[in-house]
Amino acid sequence: MHRTKVRQVVRENVLDANDALARANRERFDEAGTYVINVMSSPGAGKTALLERVLERLRATLRTGILEGDVQTTLDAERLARFHVPIVQVNTDPGFGGECHLDANMVRSALPELPLEEIDLLLIENVGNLVCPAEFRVGEDARVMVFSVTEGEEKPLKYPLMFRTADLVLVNKIDLLDHLDFDLEKFLGYLKAVNPTAPHILTSARTGAGVGAFCSWLEERLPPPALDTPVSSE
Amino acid sequence: MHELSIADAIVQVAGRQAEGRRVTKVHVKVGHLRQVVPSALAFGFGLVAQGTPVEGAELEVETVPAVGWCRSCGAESTLEGFPLRCGECGGLDLEITAGEELLVEYLELEEA
Ligand SMILES: [Zn+2]
Repeated sequence: MHRTKVRQVVRENVLDANDALARANRERFDEAGTYVINVMSSPGAGKTALLERVLERLRATLRTGILEGDVQTTLDAERLARFHVPIVQVNTDPGFGGECHLDANMVRSALPELPLEEIDLLLIENVGNLVCPAEFRVGEDARVMVFSVTEGEEKPLKYPLMFRTADLVLVNKIDLLDHLDFDLEKFLGYLKAVNPTAPHILTSARTGAGVGAFCSWLEERLPPPALDTPVSSE
Repeated sequence: MHELSIADAIVQVAGRQAEGRRVTKVHVKVGHLRQVVPSALAFGFGLVAQGTPVEGAELEVETVPAVGWCRSCGAESTLEGFPLRCGECGGLDLEITAGEELLVEYLELEEA
């Protein structure tokens, strides 16, 4: 039997399938009235420590929830468990040595375990990585990138996609600035070069500096609470 | 290793578009700014294609250079490597006009 080869033009964006699932997640979040933040960073930039600080401040006034992405361990989820907020852990290790990001499908599969109707603010802690999480939307309302001053000024220029898609950049570990050669002005110049519109906040999870400003930024973005659903009336 | 996830997405697009026919070649366009390593992508593609209609297909990667428009001097230039700098004045304030693509452009299929 003779087989002929044909060329079929496709011109399909490889990430369309993920983006469609992300939109479906987003609809689910909107329906439940849940505002969703996708928190991204390099490994060790201090995401979990910052989230601990945020939960300390916000859990009294906002119903928060956590979706914790991790390649293999449950360590971060265990650290956050003391806040007694809903937490679901997504391990991304599929057998190929670990996925380096959360994608829309992984987030979707975790949603049944979260009481979304009772969560005003869902914080998604993505896997520590500066390349992959930038490419995969998960249905978030906003993207927050945690950058630590130990990483060097050039990071925005080396990982432009991550910095370009961030809605807010937290410049973390500023308590270490006196001990490093890090040139903050130079970094902020590079950040502005790749993302002229992203605001930034200087933070330290250790001293608590900037955490209030970050919480205010979050609160400003959240829709005002509906009058018939008080947060802490019972 | 984001190449593996991207390879997986490519195989899924190709498999769906093939509608049961055997795929012999997948041509993709990858923007420079995606920071995809072609050899890693090819390796991942070979792995995830196993057991699908795309198994054994050749992956052809067309790299699309990054192009930026400079807000300082108005020049349009190809951006090579990182940092992304205007080729005319060296400025960093750029509007990216190409280089973020991630497309399955066409397939080569076998018809009986
Ligand atoms: Zn220029």
